[in-house]
Amino acid sequence: MDPLSLKKINAERKARRAAMLVTDLSDGRDRVVREGDAVAGDLGAAVAKAFRSGRSGTVEADGRPFFLNVHLPPARLVVIGAVHISQALAPMARIAGYDIEIIDPRTAFATPERFPGVPLFADWPETVLKEKPFDAYTAVAAVTHDPKIDDFALKAALDAECFYVGALGSRKTHAKRVERLMGMGTSEAAIARIHSPIGLDIGAASPAEIAVAVLAEIITAFRSRGLTQEAEGHAA
Amino acid sequence: MSDPTLDETRDPLLIAEGWMNEGRDVAIATVVETWGSAPRPVGSHLVIDAEGNFHGSVSGGCVEGAVVAEAVDIIGTGKPRMLEFGVADETAWQVGLSCGGRIRVYVERLG
Repeated sequence: MDPLSLKKINAERKARRAAMLVTDLSDGRDRVVREGDAVAGDLGAAVAKAFRSGRSGTVEADGRPFFLNVHLPPARLVVIGAVHISQALAPMARIAGYDIEIIDPRTAFATPERFPGVPLFADWPETVLKEKPFDAYTAVAAVTHDPKIDDFALKAALDAECFYVGALGSRKTHAKRVERLMGMGTSEAAIARIHSPIGLDIGAASPAEIAVAVLAEIITAFRSRGLTQEAEGHAA
Repeated sequence: MSDPTLDETRDPLLIAEGWMNEGRDVAIATVVETWGSAPRPVGSHLVIDAEGNFHGSVSGGCVEGAVVAEAVDIIGTGKPRMLEFGVADETAWQVGLSCGGRIRVYVERLG
């Protein structure tokens, strides 16, 4: 392995960016490809596919054997609101393999007693996000019902192109939210990416059932990541 | 922002970079293919230095010893090698995978 490739791939991983080490197994030469970098020919198609699936493997491309080692940042779930749903969502998300963090400035809600072992930020999203910004491998679920807390985080999530953005609330609540976000300068296309009402439609009623619906919707979004953009790209 | 889930003390590629910065000779072994039940997924790494110190894994501990021995040799020659491991009695290798799977491991020198 080229020492420069090792440094590059580690830097990409530390920065939570998707990257791939491509090794030509016939001569041992390697290089780092970042998601979105142009790669020509059969190899380019194989690289794009591997980024989408997140699966590493050997491919035969342009008459040579290559090993593609994909490094995707681990998916992270940030929940805005230390509410009853979040109490069920936190352990479920962890079991499913997602790192979870909870942000809620209301200190009566965001207590370690209610959320044992969960990274909790009892502060405004405006403050927390300065230190820990969202990225494309972050899912954001806003469940406080309070525009003062949710709106900023939702706009930040759309701006950061988070792979999932969901917001709790009825259709009526959401219609008002759409107006406020447009007032904040968010485009209609971006706002359309918000999942609201939140969660897959499984008839969830209890907070724990809503948590299941939200987690299932997040998993759907993560596993189909890149597919919609690609389809749109072809159509354009 | 840095990813809090990357553990500098356990991540093989971060350890390899650290060793390199200390001036140590390093080999990197990577699982490039698996068949049947294999203990570690494709892409997993074992990193080895010239003294045979290692971090990470390419199996559940079944073939690491053999990979480390090969790696020390590869650090000397600089020529990458593809190793293949299957169940113990069906292969020319001294060691095998008790799980019954088969793996191919690419071993190369860093630099």
